[in-house]
Amino acid sequence: MGKVDQQELAEFAQEADVWFQENTPGDPGFMLPLSFLEVGSDQQFDFLRRWQRKVYEAGYLGAAWPAEYGGGGLEPEFQKAATEAMRRHRAPIMLNAIGLNWAGPLLLDMGAEEDKTKYLKNILSAEDIWCQGFSEPDNGSDLGNAQLKAVRDGDDYVLNGSKIWTTLGNYAKYMILLARTNLDAPNKYAGLSFFLAPMCVDGVETRPIRKISGEYGFTQTFFTDARIPADCLMGEEGQGWLIAMRTLEYERAVRGGQAGGYIMTPIDVASVIDLAKEMKRDGAPAIEDPVVRDRLVEFLIEGQALRLCDARGRIAPLVQDRPMALALSMKLMWSEFARRLTAFAVTLTGAHGGYYVGDPNAPARGLWTRSYLNSFAATIGGGTSEIQRNIIAEHVLGLPKG
Amino acid sequence: MGLSEEQADLLDAAERFCREKSPAQKVRKLLEDEQGFDPGLWDEIASLGWLAIAIPEEYGGLGLSLAEIAPVMEQMGRFLLASPFAAATLGSQAILKGGTQEQKKAILSKTAQGAVATLALAEPHGGWTVDAFETRATRDGDGFVLSGVKRFVADAMSAQWIVVAAQLDDGPALFVLEASAIEPAAFRREIIIDETKRTYELSLDRVRVPGNGLLDPAKARETLAHIHLAANLLAAAEMAGGARAVIDYTIDYLNTRKQFGKPIGAYQALKHPTVDAYVQYEQARSHVYAAAHSFNQQGAGEVAVRMAKAAAETALSYAADRAIQFHGGFGFTYECDAGLYRRRALWHASQYGDAAWQRKKLAELLL
Ligand SMILES: Cc1cc2nc3c(=O)[nH]c(=O)nc-3n(C[C@H](O)[C@H](O)[C@H](O)COP(=O)(O)OP(=O)(O)OC[C@H]3O[C@@H](n4cnc5c(N)ncnc54)[C@H](O)[C@@H]3O)c2cc1C
Repeated sequence: MGKVDQQELAEFAQEADVWFQENTPGDPGFMLPLSFLEVGSDQQFDFLRRWQRKVYEAGYLGAAWPAEYGGGGLEPEFQKAATEAMRRHRAPIMLNAIGLNWAGPLLLDMGAEEDKTKYLKNILSAEDIWCQGFSEPDNGSDLGNAQLKAVRDGDDYVLNGSKIWTTLGNYAKYMILLARTNLDAPNKYAGLSFFLAPMCVDGVETRPIRKISGEYGFTQTFFTDARIPADCLMGEEGQGWLIAMRTLEYERAVRGGQAGGYIMTPIDVASVIDLAKEMKRDGAPAIEDPVVRDRLVEFLIEGQALRLCDARGRIAPLVQDRPMALALSMKLMWSEFARRLTAFAVTLTGAHGGYYVGDPNAPARGLWTRSYLNSFAATIGGGTSEIQRNIIAEHVLGLPKG
Repeated sequence: MGLSEEQADLLDAAERFCREKSPAQKVRKLLEDEQGFDPGLWDEIASLGWLAIAIPEEYGGLGLSLAEIAPVMEQMGRFLLASPFAAATLGSQAILKGGTQEQKKAILSKTAQGAVATLALAEPHGGWTVDAFETRATRDGDGFVLSGVKRFVADAMSAQWIVVAAQLDDGPALFVLEASAIEPAAFRREIIIDETKRTYELSLDRVRVPGNGLLDPAKARETLAHIHLAANLLAAAEMAGGARAVIDYTIDYLNTRKQFGKPIGAYQALKHPTVDAYVQYEQARSHVYAAAHSFNQQGAGEVAVRMAKAAAETALSYAADRAIQFHGGFGFTYECDAGLYRRRALWHASQYGDAAWQRKKLAELLL
């Protein structure tokens, strides 16, 4: 990797800052989803898709992906600077998360040349939306037991079965799909294969599922004799588990290489502190309540710890004993932190915590309750917190399997 | 956040040294020892130059800072290495920050070599505030007379100097005394929860200090604030190291102890809290190195140190508490090392402000 030209980087960051200052859209007049997980209407979808395209065309998404696949061909620091500018200007989220953050880096890492050429640019531009078909109704945490069948028939595979919790399933053009190609494999993992599957074929049907927050955003996805071309297979038959595990490393940010931007509205302690200043408790600002203060400081300490852990992960001598420890812990740390922080924020709104999205009296239009309810997306999706603890216990600490 | 080359080297060297020199049997043996540490080992530590780390070159030191002390302290905490290292570091810091030129010249060149100056700050009221004292200093000719009771004077029996905080006129002041000028009966060894450490109650009954024993009076408050933060940084580093160790100790047991035909570590009721303890430890460690890095920054340093102390105490307390439980009946015995770490956390909670108190101070700084 080349050395970063600091001057060039500073200019880029400055330009990005100006660009987001000028181009970040104002209130669209309807409710935007808090994350890519809750895109429930065409209005939201179109808005976010246009936004992603615009950011990409300005050079602030995929800046560090290779230029030959539509990226900016720059060093990762440039994308980081662009993402920081987005955050500063509270720009809307990036829509095509599964493409940008897991399918994309996976393709760059393990994909065939023609697949990179075919898919990556349209991921960045949000032309092609991607979804992920891993979980099934009967096989969630036990992903290795996935049962959706893919049977080779001439130049096609024929798919039968169902996936569930398919985020963006009803908008996606492609799915990264884990399917069973071999029923006689020596173990459950060896029978799995990985596909870059088109969604717009006969026999694929999506049915939206409503979330605890009242929003939509994921589907159950049914496959009934759906035929996809055999060259949708990624790698070889039987490599599905390996590729799926690699995908999850991108999803959990254990590995880098994501296109950039953020896919969830960041909620920080500072905004909860602002809330505590606004809200009254027994006639005085909640921030004066000693219990509230103590909790806020606990969150400040923890939030700071997460940022510091992120930074420390890049200092080799400080992670040498268990090099994977921090990377494998970040998802658990962040998701559980966000869940507790948003739950606390709700309590700060006092009686008004009883209102919900849609009521004119709801504090911040119901942001806090909605954030709390949606926070479980991250403690369940992408592998539950319990599964993360198993992974850390077994792969970092060397504890025995259950 | 950053790590200097010196910090990295010291981390590495300290880990190797402490692992070799402070095996569990030795830690146990020293619990019974009157002095509480191995003087031969102290000489080795001195010859490694670790006591000179944060002392400027002009006084015979290495010219580094507390940032480089932190990794050493962390590893000492991890291996429960008993020595007056923390006490000596804090004493030197007091002289360095608040001493007169003459005191610095006379004392620091010796503390850099292994002589110990220790602090006498805490008082019977038990409070953690550090700028008001019941111990009185009165002027007496060209010197002073000190009266009052000091508690938790670390390693006083091994110290060549005692740095005493007292009220002089209407403000705090610091005095440095030759330990030999105080009669031995004035010291009483205290029985404290952390048996790897030695502290003493010191009864000062009209003890005379010559005029040149007064540290720079204009710097007393600043020095006390500095010591307070330095003590919390060292405690945080020591506790982070301890958390690491007690978690490893527990993992060993979870992998070897079997019940119902399998290792107890296979049970998630034990496995998951162990991960939670571990994650807390990683967070605390990040805070410790961030605090070491920013210690000298006005404002930011204080925030970082208080966060580190609160995080490390919370992490060690939880890790050691679970360690006791997860060792079952053995965990409840005096023989189980989990108890040593739990006692260590209780000790540091009691000194220079516990986690809740640090958070209260942080609330004042940040909210
Ligand atoms: C908002 C959201 C979006 C999602 N998007 C997608 C998507 O786009 N594509 C996709 O494929 N999937 C998606 N998922 C699915 C997600 O990956 C699964 O929900 C998750 O892996 C858990 O599987 P499950 O729902 O079947 O729960 P289960 O596996 O049945 O788990 C139920 C409970 O049992 C616990 N549990 C299970 N096994 C163990 C164990 N071994 N040890 C301890 N506890 C255990 C779990 O932690 C959980 O608390 C999404 C989920 C959510 C919530």
